[in-house]
Amino acid sequence: MLDSYVPILVLLAIAMLFAVGSVAVSALVGPKRFNRAKVDIYECGIEPEPVPAGPHRFPVKYYITAMLFIVFDIEIIFLFPWAVTFDSLAVFGLGAMVSFMATIFVAYAYIWRRGGLEWD
Amino acid sequence: MTGTSTLLLAANVGDPDMSVLTDDPFWLILIKAVAVFAFLLVMTLFSIVFERKVVAKMQQRVGPNRHGPRGWLQSLADGVKLMLKEDIIPTLADKPIFILAPVISAVPAILAFACIPFGPEVSIFGERTTLQLADLPVSVLYLLAAASLGVYGLILAGWSSGSTYPLLGSLRSAAQIISYEVAMGLAFVAVFIYAGTLSTAGIVQSQHDWWYIALLPSFILYCIAMVGETNRTPFDLPEAEGELVGGFHTEYSSIKFAFFFLAEYINMVTVSAIATTLFLGGWQPPPIPGLSGLDHGWYPLIWFVIKLLLFIFVFIWLRGTLPRLRYDQFMAFGWKVLIPVGLVWVLAVATFRAYQEHVSDRTPWLIGFGVVVGVLLVVAIIDPGAARAQREQEEAERERAESAPSLDRIPWPPPPPPPSDGATRALAGRTAAGSTAAGSGAAGSAGGDKGNTTVIPAGSGPRQES
Repeated sequence: MLDSYVPILVLLAIAMLFAVGSVAVSALVGPKRFNRAKVDIYECGIEPEPVPAGPHRFPVKYYITAMLFIVFDIEIIFLFPWAVTFDSLAVFGLGAMVSFMATIFVAYAYIWRRGGLEWD
Repeated sequence: MTGTSTLLLAANVGDPDMSVLTDDPFWLILIKAVAVFAFLLVMTLFSIVFERKVVAKMQQRVGPNRHGPRGWLQSLADGVKLMLKEDIIPTLADKPIFILAPVISAVPAILAFACIPFGPEVSIFGERTTLQLADLPVSVLYLLAAASLGVYGLILAGWSSGSTYPLLGSLRSAAQIISYEVAMGLAFVAVFIYAGTLSTAGIVQSQHDWWYIALLPSFILYCIAMVGETNRTPFDLPEAEGELVGGFHTEYSSIKFAFFFLAEYINMVTVSAIATTLFLGGWQPPPIPGLSGLDHGWYPLIWFVIKLLLFIFVFIWLRGTLPRLRYDQFMAFGWKVLIPVGLVWVLAVATFRAYQEHVSDRTPWLIGFGVVVGVLLVVAIIDPGAARAQREQEEAERERAESAPSLDRIPWPPPPPPPSDGATRALAGRTAAGSTAAGSGAAGSAGGDKGNTTVIPAGSGPRQES
């Protein structure tokens, strides 16, 4: 059964070899001329901020989006097996899924109304 | 093939015969893996030049025409050049993760292609095999998983750069990719209902009679989602150069930058291949009577590549045509339009299919109930959203009217005192520069007020900022 994953591992090995190899070779063949401005962080022509927004703690405004994603992605994960076995589940499956999706729809309407789908 | 499995195959048309693939000897697996890898690299090199040439034609320019025959080796030359460039790692960067991020970005992009069927059974050096590296019973899930792993590369790149623009760009990318992933997944459901399998080879086989492009809303949904998923124009907000410089790869140079580029183009090829496989019949020839004979041997590979190139051309066409969306419009489009449309369409397809296949005495009643519930919910959702949007628009309008710049609100620089030394002139220039940079009305007026009241010691010295 797991035999079918062997080709993927082979491809993974090739891809890793290529990626790591290229990065290593590039680090070896590339020139190295030190320049303080070069290793500074990017800023459009003015002095960069001494402390940029990271890699320290920083506020992520997208956490609601991330949580919504989990809710909807789980819904889709439930939809996939239902869709594949749709013909054998027939009308009972459809009824069950409609009630499930109706529940998600209610949650979705609630999120929308509470402003969870607003970005600035 | 035993009798039972034949029976299973007959019962479930979509389930393909996977024994041909799992019997592959190791040397054949190796050849196929190298071939897939080489195909992706060549496609990347090709699409970059192709994109530049097509966009150039659309803008009535010449485009790259120096390296190689008619400029077709331009991207190869670029790649070699990037390889030989200095590898700059900013001092503030988190070094190990900074180096690892492009690798994490590129490797899953390559891996995702393992499950794409290029063609049916052929014989390579006397060994019967299908033109596909691997086929799993859950191929499409694998594709989705591998394609979305690349987001780790982006977010780690942005985070480890230790710089503001990459961080913002990577957060945007992550939010964007996860938002459009939902729509992408929804687009597949209708296909699975008709194909009855998650195996890519099975889905292609089940499209023998008609292509799933006939499920048009699903196809359109997927096409929009795939552009959002690959961060391409008009959805290329993570690298909106007007606001975020280069997005997550601002701090990257040399081959590491090339890997992000590679990953972007491979992702483009991958989503095009998924679209081809799931909606355009994969390697099947178009349903034109004269062409139906070309569905065996190596011919299907040609059909597959033609369809793939068609999608890549559409990607480029979009880039040449459409401007970039604003961020909130983009997210609102994903969550408020694509997802509800996707859910309603899935419900509609499922209801239609159930009605078509399993109709009996009581079922129409159940189905009607489902439709009514769906319609009611759609109405319930659309209405408060519209009302809210209208209210907000009015509010914004009022706010804009209130904060509209009038002459006495403009932060003028302070009236020049009697000219005594150079410091005051420098101060005046500085205030003006500050209020222009602050931009918006409120911040600008605050800066202006500060400029009016604060006294900067003359010893601070003139500083050129404008």
